[in-house]
Amino acid sequence: MIGEKALKGFFKRNGLLLAFAFFLAVTALNAPAFLTVGNILDVLRQVSIVGTIAIGVTFVVITGRFDLSVGSGLTLLTVIVVDQNNIVGPLGAIIMAIFGGLMVGVWNGLLIGYLKFNALIVTLAMLSLLQGLTLWYSGGANVNVHNAQTTWYAFFGRGDLFGVPVPVWILLVGGAIASFALMKTRFGRSVFSVGGNETTSKFSGINAPKIVLFAYIISGFATACAAIIMGSRVMGAQSTIGQGYELNVLAGIILGGTSLLGGSGSIWRTIVGVAMLGFIQNALLLMGFPYYIQWLVTWVVIILAVWIDLAAKRGKILT
Amino acid sequence: MSEVKNVLSLHGISKFFPGVKALDNVSFDIRPGEVHALVGENGAGKSTLMKILAGLYNPDQGNIIHQDKHVKIRNPLEARTRGILLIHQELSLSPELSVAENIYLGAWPTNFFGVLKKRKLNKDSLIALSAMGCDFGPKVRVGSLSIAKRQMVEIARAQAFNANVVIFDEPTASLTDTEKEQLFNTIRELKARDVGIVYISHKMDEIFEIADRITVLRDGTVQGTVHTKDTNINLITKMMIGRELNTFFTRANSEIGSEVLRVEKLCRKGEFENVSFSIKSGEVLGLYGLIGAGRSEVAETIFGVRKADSGKIAWMEKEINFPTPRQAIDMGLCLAPESRKEQGLVLNMSGKNNVTLPHLVKYSNYTVMDWRRELATFEKYREVLDIKTTGADQEVVQLSGGNQQKFVLAKWLCNEPDLLILDEPTRGIDVGSKSAIHALIAGLAEQGLAVIVISSEMPEVLGVSHRILTMSEGRLNGEFSGMEMTESNLINAVSQHLEQTA
Ligand SMILES: Nc1ncnc2c1ncn2[C@@H]1O[C@H](COP(=O)(O)OP(=O)(O)OP(=O)(O)O)[C@@H](O)[C@H]1O
Ligand SMILES: [Mg+2]
Repeated sequence: MIGEKALKGFFKRNGLLLAFAFFLAVTALNAPAFLTVGNILDVLRQVSIVGTIAIGVTFVVITGRFDLSVGSGLTLLTVIVVDQNNIVGPLGAIIMAIFGGLMVGVWNGLLIGYLKFNALIVTLAMLSLLQGLTLWYSGGANVNVHNAQTTWYAFFGRGDLFGVPVPVWILLVGGAIASFALMKTRFGRSVFSVGGNETTSKFSGINAPKIVLFAYIISGFATACAAIIMGSRVMGAQSTIGQGYELNVLAGIILGGTSLLGGSGSIWRTIVGVAMLGFIQNALLLMGFPYYIQWLVTWVVIILAVWIDLAAKRGKILT
Repeated sequence: MSEVKNVLSLHGISKFFPGVKALDNVSFDIRPGEVHALVGENGAGKSTLMKILAGLYNPDQGNIIHQDKHVKIRNPLEARTRGILLIHQELSLSPELSVAENIYLGAWPTNFFGVLKKRKLNKDSLIALSAMGCDFGPKVRVGSLSIAKRQMVEIARAQAFNANVVIFDEPTASLTDTEKEQLFNTIRELKARDVGIVYISHKMDEIFEIADRITVLRDGTVQGTVHTKDTNINLITKMMIGRELNTFFTRANSEIGSEVLRVEKLCRKGEFENVSFSIKSGEVLGLYGLIGAGRSEVAETIFGVRKADSGKIAWMEKEINFPTPRQAIDMGLCLAPESRKEQGLVLNMSGKNNVTLPHLVKYSNYTVMDWRRELATFEKYREVLDIKTTGADQEVVQLSGGNQQKFVLAKWLCNEPDLLILDEPTRGIDVGSKSAIHALIAGLAEQGLAVIVISSEMPEVLGVSHRILTMSEGRLNGEFSGMEMTESNLINAVSQHLEQTA
């Protein structure tokens, strides 16, 4: 009977992964192009932008907070990095984007960590501010990299290393570093502690505002990295390029099984979640559904993932 | 068995958790109008058994007979409709809601459109409250009530739902003596109305005062059920822990050294004023007072989680600024706080990670955590404090209340500080471990540590301290040492101030 229990527990914990494996099998049968190396790398390349941001946002979510500003952060930073390529060159542009990402993180982190403002409101307001800054910067016009065919900047979005796209490398290497920081270091331990119980953290001498600030800075930095990849891949940007990314990021994190209440989660879960989302959307496209289906899919996935999470906690399907 | 009817009986109940057999073939019965005490060491399975009755856990084996019918109690609502009510080890009220809304939580009277019938709610609640002699109304916000009064609200549920079984899981852990008397009166009233009562506590004197029968649990099995009048404290503790218990307190036989901490005229508006005292190395200083006297607030201010309005603090005979908690820990001033769930532990973290949480720098090399050293410390204190856990990675949320409390202590003991403030250190801890902890405190003092023990338990303060300060309503009002440390002196000191202000 213990065995039966363990099995039940396994299904509860990994039910989503199993359902996903089933989905992969069904799709592969219907669309033979689906499980080819080319397509898999393609999907990974597509999710690398969402994934890179999600790595950063995972830190924020584990502290029990949100970051809804990453979508419009991605827009602004991509516009900047693309446009500045023509003005100060690739290196300068990259430095500016990273600086911008860090600044967004600092502001969010100061308001939420030190002044204890509500994270949803602060980052939603930041979303609006960044959208405004984008329009102010670009005047609403599209921007392009003029020397797109010759610049070394193309490496980040279009390059290959050992047959694997560079954005995928960035996702995996970034993920490995982030995972190490989260699971093995003092900082990571503090992140879990702040998300698990802030009062206890305070009684344990942990500087919770500082930890929250750093979580947002990581989120901002990850967004900047994603913007650099995005700009390099598209070699252009307009003021809607990052729209909806905050939701895809959140969907991936939830799908990976990180609790929005804080105190638990992991980087690899987030990457798996984001990849699952990417494969689902890709499969639907391959099966001939129209492009806008992905918005619907995001909705379904978020609701389903939250539902499964709750059901596992309650031990039953409905309330 | 046939002549006495049981209101509820359990037969052959077993419950498994991963790696733990929490209950093994347990049978237990409750008669109407009796108080049946359930005792046992930390982690013996008391709370688990009662959670099964309350529908919070489902048993893996065994059956439940309630009012002569075989029943399954699948969820808390089912338990309540059957008239079974559990008053938790940790209270389970919503502080933002009113008293009345809490009493009927989950069963609010509504009209056809689902709108809350406020007037009916308040009227019914008032009846339940006044039946218990409560001095507060149904519309008061629960968050503004003291712990004792919140407990009354929980008990009012028993009245409101016409309960036939009421279970108290360590109800007096945070009550003052007068509040305890009130509670016992309420229990006697319930008893007179033929309600069956289960009473869980680690305080033996209470059990012998209120219980009719006692059942002893040990490692998930029943050791026996006896009538209170046929037994005594020694026999029961022997059944509990399997050996004779030396119940003498161990006072540290230490050399008192130089001054470690001195505070002068410490004030925090609305909480305490003009608090001045000092403590020397090797000394155990008791801080006695009723719950709510401001003792925890003073401790938290010294430790830096609260800010002092005014006053001075000196550490090792040098005046310093008030520290932050981080600075306090680093200089060797530690506080094991009062509330384990809110302040002491991160519940969904492992035991090991909880223990090292305040000392991350100490347990890491260049910011990378050194799990081997962490594990060694964990294992050391698991043994010293006899903590029941399946391993270093078990989340503390899964542990019994007493074992959680032991982790709170381990967390601060492992730092080997110069001054350790223990706020209600043995709350919820079984008698065996309690004397082990008292011995541990004595041992630390003998090594030169200064210890402040904040406690509402008179025997504990009298037993371990070299010197006792009494506090009431935010003021220190007495200091006793040597032969002056007597029960009556302490009681006089804490009540004297109350009379002056009354
Ligand atoms: N949800 C859970 N998951 C895993 N183990 C659990 C869970 N709840 C309880 N246990 C284990 O079951 C055992 C019995 O715990 P229980 O809380 O019933 O003890 P208790 O007798 O109430 O102790 P205390 O006096 O400390 O309150 C313990 O070993 C505990 O770790
Ligand atoms: Mg218990």
